[in-house]
Amino acid sequence: MNLHRFANPARFLRIARVVAPVAGWIAFAALLAGAAFGLVLSPPDYQQSETVRIMYVHVPSAWLALQTYVAMAIAAAVALVWKHPLADLFVKAAAPVGAGFTLLCLVSGSFWGRPTWGAWWVWDARLTSMLVLFFLYVGYIALSGAFDDEERGRRAGTVLVLTGIVDVPIVKFSVEWWNTLHQPASVFRLGGPTIAAEMLWPLGLMVVGFTAFFVWIVCVRLETELLTRKLRARLENSPG
Amino acid sequence: MTERARDFFEMGGYALYVWPAWGLALVILGALALAAHRARQAARQALAESERA
Repeated sequence: MNLHRFANPARFLRIARVVAPVAGWIAFAALLAGAAFGLVLSPPDYQQSETVRIMYVHVPSAWLALQTYVAMAIAAAVALVWKHPLADLFVKAAAPVGAGFTLLCLVSGSFWGRPTWGAWWVWDARLTSMLVLFFLYVGYIALSGAFDDEERGRRAGTVLVLTGIVDVPIVKFSVEWWNTLHQPASVFRLGGPTIAAEMLWPLGLMVVGFTAFFVWIVCVRLETELLTRKLRARLENSPG
Repeated sequence: MTERARDFFEMGGYALYVWPAWGLALVILGALALAAHRARQAARQALAESERA
């Protein structure tokens, strides 16, 4: 398979103009339905009562925060090895979105921790490694914008993203490797989920919504970046 | 306000925890979406203007 077939910006723009609106509407519908089920139609938990509704924003944002980082690291590797021109831009387009997901995960977790654990924050492995993930995102954004030569900045950033991947398994397995207040995985585990079906539904809708939102916004941000480059090239080539 | 609506907003006494979490989700996703949409709009417009010039 010729990877560079997909590296063609013009072809990407054609695909993105179909994919983006579809993903955008799926995101809108799924998040709306997820909110209706999550806030109104699903029952309160027998132990946690209404605070369990925080799960419907906390868990999808946590998953997407990790998945965005994995996608960025893969794209960073592709950008470094094959000099794929879109991979580089993908990393840049996805970073602020991943930072937003991570921030949402941390703050919503704090609002969940206070009534259930009695603490806004504890320095345990899961929370701390998630905070490190947030700093990795912010670090990439700062580093890639710190060079006069944009391309050099992005290359430095891709190296940071690649080295930061060590944090992802630490986040994932922290609840098994160390004693922690944070509960272990209850959806993707051997023996199936331990969550009631009435709660799995809104959770699934929110995960679909967050994922479609990610696809939509990355398409939009990549298109913006490509159009800006096109404009810059045109201005540089035109006399006066 | 009906009792049902009041129950909904009170969230069993956990309104101060549930609503900020959902509110922040709305703010973060909304801000990211709005910024991305506006930037694309500006880029499309600038490119169209350069084509006319």
